[in-house]
Amino acid sequence: MSKIDQANQEAVKKMMMSRPVWVDIGRAKDVIPGLKDNLFLHAGPPITWDRMSGPLKGAIIGGLIYEGKAKNAEEAKKIAASGEIEFAPCHHYNTVGPMAGVTTPSQMVFIVEDEEWGGNTYSNMNEGYGKVLRYGAYDDEVLNRLRWLDEVYAPCLKEAVKLAKGVDMKSIIAQALHMGDDAHNRNRATTSLFIRTIAPFIVETEFGKEKDYDAPRLDLSNVSEYFNNKASIASEVLAFMHSNDLTSLNAIMAACKSMALAAHGVENSTMVTTMARNGTDFGIRVSSTGDKWFTAPANVPDGLFFSGFKSSDANRDIGDSVITETVGVGGFAMAAAPAIVNFIGGSPADAFDATNEMYEITVAENSNFNIPAMDFKGTPTGIDVRKVVEKNIVPRINTGIAHKEAGIGQVGAGIVKPPMEMFIDALKELAK
Amino acid sequence: MENLFNSELKVINMGLEGFAETLKERGTQVLHVRWQPPAMGDDNLLNLLDKLK
Repeated sequence: MSKIDQANQEAVKKMMMSRPVWVDIGRAKDVIPGLKDNLFLHAGPPITWDRMSGPLKGAIIGGLIYEGKAKNAEEAKKIAASGEIEFAPCHHYNTVGPMAGVTTPSQMVFIVEDEEWGGNTYSNMNEGYGKVLRYGAYDDEVLNRLRWLDEVYAPCLKEAVKLAKGVDMKSIIAQALHMGDDAHNRNRATTSLFIRTIAPFIVETEFGKEKDYDAPRLDLSNVSEYFNNKASIASEVLAFMHSNDLTSLNAIMAACKSMALAAHGVENSTMVTTMARNGTDFGIRVSSTGDKWFTAPANVPDGLFFSGFKSSDANRDIGDSVITETVGVGGFAMAAAPAIVNFIGGSPADAFDATNEMYEITVAENSNFNIPAMDFKGTPTGIDVRKVVEKNIVPRINTGIAHKEAGIGQVGAGIVKPPMEMFIDALKELAK
Repeated sequence: MENLFNSELKVINMGLEGFAETLKERGTQVLHVRWQPPAMGDDNLLNLLDKLK
């Protein structure tokens, strides 16, 4: 075995040995090392305000209003363009955010600890589908929901996870693949397991006892009229979690980041440890090439659109959620989730084709995540830059689709191909 | 050779999928093999890959 092959085996072994456990929740600026009041994190590789796409700009605008730094969108745009606020990739702070991924200093974040290798990773609260900040929407409905998430929902979950003494995220992903999820775009099982694990502790918190309180309320009439001013906070929290299949996604992503981080920094390894998009560029990082990003223009996803929207509304690929594919789930585990084709298009046979094709460009079958319908074969894990270029096969990615204009939100879901150029650039760097 | 043209046609198609699809439309049994030249046939990339074996 060559030294590169040995290095890749070491990297993938470290990735698979990682044990991410959701241990706590905290305010971003208090718990993410290096985060400060004038620093906003975003998805993907580094980017300046002038090159940001509509949905990312929208999320930054919303973030500035949410943080009280701007009164309205016009003021927010001026502040964003002035250089007063610094922007940096979530990945530079061991954080991941779906879609725009905008993480502002006051937001509450999941804290996931790697119990094998040490260190924490982070991700903010998931807002649900449709018109939300992470898709670039920023009206009052969006900002009020954010306040409820940070002031009511997150403190309740924080108390619950303390009572639970942590939640094993890797176990939830492994089980969910046996229940029809890919742990990226289909999250019904991951979220059900997540709720099932934490619910007994949620009802035990102080938030389960009080019905009359001054905290902001969230309109949950879409779940049941009962929740409007009649339920305890704990009950509202559970109702919201139930109403949002993506409830678990951000914590799952932080867990995947933990696994990817474990594989980073192995000398001679050609394995990809970061894939991320900012809505303009796609970027990857490789285990043995340090913090260097290899970037290329992101492609526009192809998929199914919500009623009233069409493919020309779609923004270029955006989000850190491709951290799931980086560690062998998401599009790589499509065969575990044939029902996903209802959401992203294609046929169940396509789902099996996608997974089978990914074995061509990966270094191992996952020892933790497997697919029952493929005789419990481990998912294809650890993307080898060399194989991507040699086979001319790029990673398969499932994704949500954002509207290209700020303020509108999600318009569909589908699949997207990362650009080959960045893998070729990485190959050139590795061969130096 | 005569037997070949008189027997049922069974085809293994490599590379361009369009040939397989046309035969399938005509009712011929086709097994398509996805194949393409390594590294898109680019000599520079092949040299880099050789260095990284």
